[in-house]
Amino acid sequence: MRVGVKLAKLGAVEKVPMQKFDEMYTRLPYEFFTQGAQIRDHYKIYDEWLARQPGDMMAKRREEAEMIFRRVGITFAVYGEKDEEGAGTERLIPFDLIPRIIPAHEWATMERGLVQRVTALNRFIHDVYHGQDILRAGVVPREQVERNAQFRPEMVGVDVPNQIYSHISGIDIVRAPNSAGEGEYYVLEDNLRVPSGVSYMLEDRKMMMRLFPELFNAHRVAPVAHYPDLLLETLRASSPATTAEPTVVVLTPGMYNSAYFEHAFLAQQMGVELVEGQDLFVKDNFVYMRTTRGPKRVDVIYRRVDDDFLDPQVFRPSSTLGCAGLLDAYRAGHVTICNAVGTGVADDKSIYPYVPKMIEFYLGEKPILSNVPTYMCRNKDDLAYTLANLKDLVVKEVHGAGGYGMLVGPAATKAEIEDFRQAVLANPEGYIAQPTLSLSSCPTFVESGIAPRHIDLRPYVLSGKTVQMVPGGLTRVALKEGSLVVNSSQGGGTKDTWILEV
Amino acid sequence: MLSRTADHLFWMSRYTERAENTARMLDVNYQTSLLPQSEAVALVGWQGLLSISELLPTYQRLHGEVNVQKVMDFMVKDESNPSSIMSCLSAARENARAVRGTLTTEVWETHNQTWLEVRRMVNNGDFERDPGQFFEWVKFRSHLSRGVTVGTMLMDEALYFMRLGTFLERADNTARLVDVKFHAVQSDFFGAASEKDQEYDFYHWSAILRSVSGFEVYRKVYRDVIKPERVAELLILRPDMPRSLHASLNEVVSNLGLVSNDQTGETHRRAGKLRAELKYGRIDEILATGLHAYLTQFLDRVNDLGSHISRDFLVPSGA
Repeated sequence: MRVGVKLAKLGAVEKVPMQKFDEMYTRLPYEFFTQGAQIRDHYKIYDEWLARQPGDMMAKRREEAEMIFRRVGITFAVYGEKDEEGAGTERLIPFDLIPRIIPAHEWATMERGLVQRVTALNRFIHDVYHGQDILRAGVVPREQVERNAQFRPEMVGVDVPNQIYSHISGIDIVRAPNSAGEGEYYVLEDNLRVPSGVSYMLEDRKMMMRLFPELFNAHRVAPVAHYPDLLLETLRASSPATTAEPTVVVLTPGMYNSAYFEHAFLAQQMGVELVEGQDLFVKDNFVYMRTTRGPKRVDVIYRRVDDDFLDPQVFRPSSTLGCAGLLDAYRAGHVTICNAVGTGVADDKSIYPYVPKMIEFYLGEKPILSNVPTYMCRNKDDLAYTLANLKDLVVKEVHGAGGYGMLVGPAATKAEIEDFRQAVLANPEGYIAQPTLSLSSCPTFVESGIAPRHIDLRPYVLSGKTVQMVPGGLTRVALKEGSLVVNSSQGGGTKDTWILEV
Repeated sequence: MLSRTADHLFWMSRYTERAENTARMLDVNYQTSLLPQSEAVALVGWQGLLSISELLPTYQRLHGEVNVQKVMDFMVKDESNPSSIMSCLSAARENARAVRGTLTTEVWETHNQTWLEVRRMVNNGDFERDPGQFFEWVKFRSHLSRGVTVGTMLMDEALYFMRLGTFLERADNTARLVDVKFHAVQSDFFGAASEKDQEYDFYHWSAILRSVSGFEVYRKVYRDVIKPERVAELLILRPDMPRSLHASLNEVVSNLGLVSNDQTGETHRRAGKLRAELKYGRIDEILATGLHAYLTQFLDRVNDLGSHISRDFLVPSGA
């Protein structure tokens, strides 16, 4: 029995999907319901395996997965929400059982593109806090950088180890049709502050191997479990030159933070302390943690706290999540903060359109990965175009994150579009617009059965002495039909991502 | 290790132990309530239970008269009562979650699973259907948590702080139990007059023993009928009785020795002194000076020890 038949039975076919590409099938809409599916090569074995499974298998495995996730405590908190008993705010991240498969040759290109892009971004951050060559050359407008709220004057002239600022970069990638109508990977967004989600990449894989060992026998799936090792190597390689045996810690806002599980998980996997701001103090420009045996010096802080909360003496005075004096110790070169303070200046949506030019400027290379075409509302022509085409565009606040503060034109009501028009007119510099991409979809096991849902991919790029990553990353999936928003805070789920030697 | 981490570990174990002891006391009262007895006697038992945790005034303010079902609910399900089993198991799990990276996967999952299950059992009525089984379950989750801890944790500071929490809490809980139960019959402590009283005494003392899994131990150690002064001796002075004050203090002192450093001499001295008094104490002396006074003082000193441990290791002030 083919999947297509199963889909028809489960009643997920009435609505013709709007997307153009699917990761599993060569043609869409799903015309295979009548003709038999055209399966892309790297999904063939999986498809055959799926066709052999009894009808209730997926539901059973999903139940099993949820039970295990609860017991292991892989949960995240959603701000302002309560569960049915009003007791807690812990929710499971929706995990989808159907893997997202990428053929190894496609990944090889993507990986080269990621190394290139992240290298250029790190060069850019170093440049804007030092010589500002790129501003003087007029490649990026000066005011775009210096008037950016994410630009940290405190970082000007500060030297950081290896000149690396973004040690951990989460680059969001989507697959969509290019002008030739072929599937191509585009960078949607760079996350250079505190990108999260990597623990789900690791736990999703563990879960898949537990639930479907036979699939891993039948496929050559590139492993990802060594990520914490690479991360530790990266962090140690970033320590101040003065220490041979650096003490690395993970700084968390605490157990009520939505990503707390990940902070605890990474600290445990690396075998380093998980600290909160209250555990740290600064004395004579060195950072220490309070231990049962007295103060112990800290050399590298993998912080999962935003810039604004790091040091109440410099940033928000009310913050209790950071540590007073931390920035002075940092500027004195006595401690490394990963990612560096002030990386936000490079991942802001207003800077994103310049990244391809950065790559050419710093590396003298053509970008391997393309940007999504972007209209900058600060430019007159782009603004006019955006306002005229609001109903077809995705409009984003340049400082927004987490899928908040955006308008998805085709899905919005007239009133919402008008509200956004006023907002954009009032502050054109605060917005960019992009065409609604036909994001690729992937078969996903939802309430109604197996149905296509939009996905993206976030590889985690590590920069220390070298730039490296584990194959693949975290595939996020928009579980709502037709939705393009994959963020976990807005009903997004995750999938295991397989880089497959075919 | 981080002071904050040690603090969470210490309290995680204290709350687990407290949940177990609450279950033990509830169970014994519940089992006793199934025996034929006067209403007044039964009430004394439930009142005593609330007094042990210093909760009688709070209970009376909320629920008025002491009533079996209400007391059980208050001590099992009421999350506004910080000593209820639900509250203790939640607090243990919250503390575990705060330091889950320091725990082995098995230890963390044990606490997490206990918490998930207790919520389920209380919400779906499992507890009301069979309170005895529920209490037994709580005890066994505590056994499991201790076993998993000893069986999987690296033998380093993390383990020592957990053990410290367990035994300090146990010393406190056993002392409270003895205090309240002996208080209840103080009037006719020595020399039961009538047959009826003797019968009552047997059930009273054997219930205390059972609540600390000590009934069989008593028989084995004394090979005698149940006598109050021997029950007191067993629960206070016997070093081989796992829930006695002496045994608990032995563990406190040895774990304290394993984590001690230059600044912790005074804490160690106080713990050692308390232990020495149990080691060389005699039950007739203790009874002669008054059991209640003795236990009140003991509880104060355990409390003081807790503050010292906290100051030395867990929340050190200043740099």
